[in-house]
Amino acid sequence: MADTLVAPHEAEHDPHLRHHFANADQQLDSATLGMWTFLITEVLFFGGMFTAYVIYRSLYHDAFAATSMVMNVPLGGINTGVLICSSLSMALAVRAAQLGQRKAQIISLLLTMFFGVVFLGVKAYEYHEKYIEHLIPGPNFQFPEAPQYFHNAQILFFLYFAMTGMHAVHMIIGLGLLTFLLIGAYRSKYGPTYFTPVEMIGLYWHFVDVVWIFLFPLLYLIGHTK
Amino acid sequence: MATLATRPTGYSDAPSEEEPLNYLNATHGWKSWLLTVDHKRIALLYLFSITLMFFMGGTFAILVRLHLTSPNGLFSPEVYNRLFSMHGIVMVFFFLVPSIPATLGNFLLPIMIGAKDLAFPRINLLSWYIYVLGAAFAIYAVARGGVDTGWTFYTPYSTTYSNSYVLAAAFGVFVAGFSSILTGLNFIVTVHKMRAPGMSWGRLPLFVWAHYATGLIQILGTPVVAIALVLVGMERVMHVGIFDPRVGGDPILFQHIFWFYSHPAVYIMILPGMGIISEVISCFSRKRVFGYDFIAASSMGIAVLGFLVWGHHMFITGESMYTGVVFSFLSFFVAVPSAVKVFNWMATMYKGSVTFDSPMLYAFAFIGLFTIGGLTGLYLSTLATNVTLHGTYFVVAHFHFVMVGGMVVAFLAGLHFWWPKITGRMYNEPWAKFAALLVFLGFNLTFLPQFILGYLGMPRRYSAYPPEFQTLNVLSSAGATVLGVAFIIPMIYLTYAWFFGPKVGKNPWEAKGLEWEVASPPITLNFEKTPTVTEEAYNYGPVEEVIG
Repeated sequence: MADTLVAPHEAEHDPHLRHHFANADQQLDSATLGMWTFLITEVLFFGGMFTAYVIYRSLYHDAFAATSMVMNVPLGGINTGVLICSSLSMALAVRAAQLGQRKAQIISLLLTMFFGVVFLGVKAYEYHEKYIEHLIPGPNFQFPEAPQYFHNAQILFFLYFAMTGMHAVHMIIGLGLLTFLLIGAYRSKYGPTYFTPVEMIGLYWHFVDVVWIFLFPLLYLIGHTK
Repeated sequence: MATLATRPTGYSDAPSEEEPLNYLNATHGWKSWLLTVDHKRIALLYLFSITLMFFMGGTFAILVRLHLTSPNGLFSPEVYNRLFSMHGIVMVFFFLVPSIPATLGNFLLPIMIGAKDLAFPRINLLSWYIYVLGAAFAIYAVARGGVDTGWTFYTPYSTTYSNSYVLAAAFGVFVAGFSSILTGLNFIVTVHKMRAPGMSWGRLPLFVWAHYATGLIQILGTPVVAIALVLVGMERVMHVGIFDPRVGGDPILFQHIFWFYSHPAVYIMILPGMGIISEVISCFSRKRVFGYDFIAASSMGIAVLGFLVWGHHMFITGESMYTGVVFSFLSFFVAVPSAVKVFNWMATMYKGSVTFDSPMLYAFAFIGLFTIGGLTGLYLSTLATNVTLHGTYFVVAHFHFVMVGGMVVAFLAGLHFWWPKITGRMYNEPWAKFAALLVFLGFNLTFLPQFILGYLGMPRRYSAYPPEFQTLNVLSSAGATVLGVAFIIPMIYLTYAWFFGPKVGKNPWEAKGLEWEVASPPITLNFEKTPTVTEEAYNYGPVEEVIG
């Protein structure tokens, strides 16, 4: 491509240093700032839905309390635990990459992906459960538990599906990125001098976990009394 | 007299020998363009695509004005609704938002700070592909018959009642938003991390400051409109009720989320234009920008305050009076940084050696038209007058004064200023002056009558109007024709100049700034050797008294 023609000599020093950076530090700093900037964007992306949640929850407080009663708190709790474990294994993967431990890195990445898949599996089961109970907003919606909130409850269930669904989409993207890292780790691409992708994708993964840490209490726990 | 007399034009008619290597001739073939990671080539890809979209949106504008030449309209009301909606959607999301940042910003920002490229060249290319994908969806919506919701996609019309291609258009806007986010992200990281030695924050050209502020709005605002459009799409497909009052949903919530982005978005559109004007005025006054710190700070001020004024779009749509009062006050406040810029530009010209080259003519037009656009904005942020004016052509005229009179004119100023840098060749100056004049005349003829129409109470977005408004409407349509011609002329002579114009040296305007110290056109990595900056921006030296 254009740049390799003009500056082949610069590429020889460090195979991971891109042609337009002065040194590896500048490259890592740029990547880190870029990732954090991207995460700010993500916060605002979810922020729109959190705003909708706050407004409707304050408008229809009782209906929202009624809907949180039908949420499956044990499964949500298990999923929270699973995600926290995946964050740990992700952090270990970054650590392993920095230390250049190939095997530990592969194992941590596989563990992270395993936890991610478990989370999505549990989530799918929950969705299926909601489907069977006719809790998907729309023409087939039924809410015998509190028929007086038939209308307003649909809004909460929509927010539930939209927010957890958007979160699940991010998890699936994350699994794709982890696969990419796994291939790189298998080929011993990352080590003490170059671990930027592992660290950046790690940041993304932690962010997705943190979103869930907010979703779980808001959608499952608040108003859930037993 | 010295400064004027010694100013060479920098043109040369010398026959072209072997052309030195530059970013345009470094590699050849369509792959070298479609797979390029060079910010300058990506800027040209963007320039080409947004020009296409501009002429598509412009065609809709001409058809809208054609329709309004007769009180009952030429087309059916349904067609008219689609025409003005598609005009708005194409112009706002596919021309105005990416226009200056993705083209001139992309081209110049790395050079101005002494970098070899943006921080993430591949993400830069990705953003262009995302833009093209989004535009493809918009074009698909147009081809299938268009959208009739207005560019704002207001619920419940967009979610329940509209029979047009809302999903395709909204998806196109959603996708194009990510291209905008990636551009903003790239700019922010580049300005933070890629500055050359000595290029401190206080030495950044104001064009760079403006783009940094724009980048902040892009990354903070765009995701919010993205989620708003996702919710509209879900509501439209699945009727889940989030904006549907029948199940307790609130259509006005959509307006809040939408304007949380779309008001700051108008600053995405105007801030880069202000950056261009700062550069142009300083160069053609041969003087350092007056109040550099204040202009830089006012860009940041606009970016911050811009997020706090969205409620002024909703004074008459179910917002409490007290909310209205707060938003009204904050909207007045955002006029302050804009006024700071205008006064500082005037002060820059004061006692400068002002010349009337075509970029400067556009800058003059910008100051006048933007000032009118800005001041009429105060009428709209005043609660009492807003109630009368909000639904009328006054808003249309105000918006176009800022967006066309401000942003498009600034874009033309920038294109003319940096065209020799981009192409290495000079355009025909008499034609450029003529086009600038024609833009100014055509623009005023189009939009001044609309202020009067709005003041007289002609509602916007209606397909018919009482016969007594016809004269002013015909005037406006005549102006639109002139304006249309005035936009086509620069396309012709700028394209001609690219291939046949006389070659220019590094610095045809004798301007200050790193971009004028590299070759025209620049080499692929901009600099042979990373420069070290040792002086302030706009160091034009002491002004010499021009006597008689």
